[in-house]
Amino acid sequence: MGDHGARQLSPFLPRRVVRRDRHGGYLLNLGDDDRAVLRQLGPQFSSLLDEPDQPVLRRLFPPAYAEPAHADKQEEYRRLMQEDLVARHREEFDLLVKVADAEHLSEEELLAWSRALNSLRLVLGTFLDVQEDDERRTPASTEEALYQWLTYLLGEAIDALAVGT
Amino acid sequence: MTTTAPTEIKEPEVIETTDLDRPWKVLVWNDPINLMSYVSFVFQKLFGYSGEKAHQLMLDVHYKGKAVVSHGPREKAELDVFRLHEHGLWATMEHDS
Repeated sequence: MGDHGARQLSPFLPRRVVRRDRHGGYLLNLGDDDRAVLRQLGPQFSSLLDEPDQPVLRRLFPPAYAEPAHADKQEEYRRLMQEDLVARHREEFDLLVKVADAEHLSEEELLAWSRALNSLRLVLGTFLDVQEDDERRTPASTEEALYQWLTYLLGEAIDALAVGT
Repeated sequence: MTTTAPTEIKEPEVIETTDLDRPWKVLVWNDPINLMSYVSFVFQKLFGYSGEKAHQLMLDVHYKGKAVVSHGPREKAELDVFRLHEHGLWATMEHDS
């Protein structure tokens, strides 16, 4: 899985990004720069969904039936479900803009935000052709830096959510 | 009182099952992007598995390449696959042989 290099970034970002508050919600401690980037990413990735069949999005839409013998079932599944899945991913990406201005999140919002961050990573990771044994390194491109930053944010969100489980 | 030999009811030896009746299993495959903590968390959230069980399934995915995370009839398996796809996991379904 893609854990390489997730946590080594934390010395540079010592604060907890997401913390549980006393009322069952979560505090979001993002800097202005972080928020500005997330505000941009939402619409950018949402517009990619206008063409859900493009290869860079393949990790968002894996086949349910992968066996050749079930190709007909896969076609039927795709016809019935793809639109719903596109809609769900669009909701997530739209949520990024909303969360970019938020200080508090409900648990449901934090869950949706986590899905959104993960979807961004799936698309970027596909674009970057991330491999299992990739060592963490100094990012060689904006996309790579973005990918590592999203990995860090997602790790923080999951840490905060997992405290309650 | 006379006793009659019990009527022999011949049950078919092989119960014919249509393709739709056969149970399915839902698999999650390893991939180089999803985080271990995230995968574990999603298993707990979607299937109500304990932290320990979810962690073990995640390790199976990571080290064995895949894990069966649920079973059921076709409709249930499709719903589980959809929910896993919603969460960005690489899930597929196959007949439970």
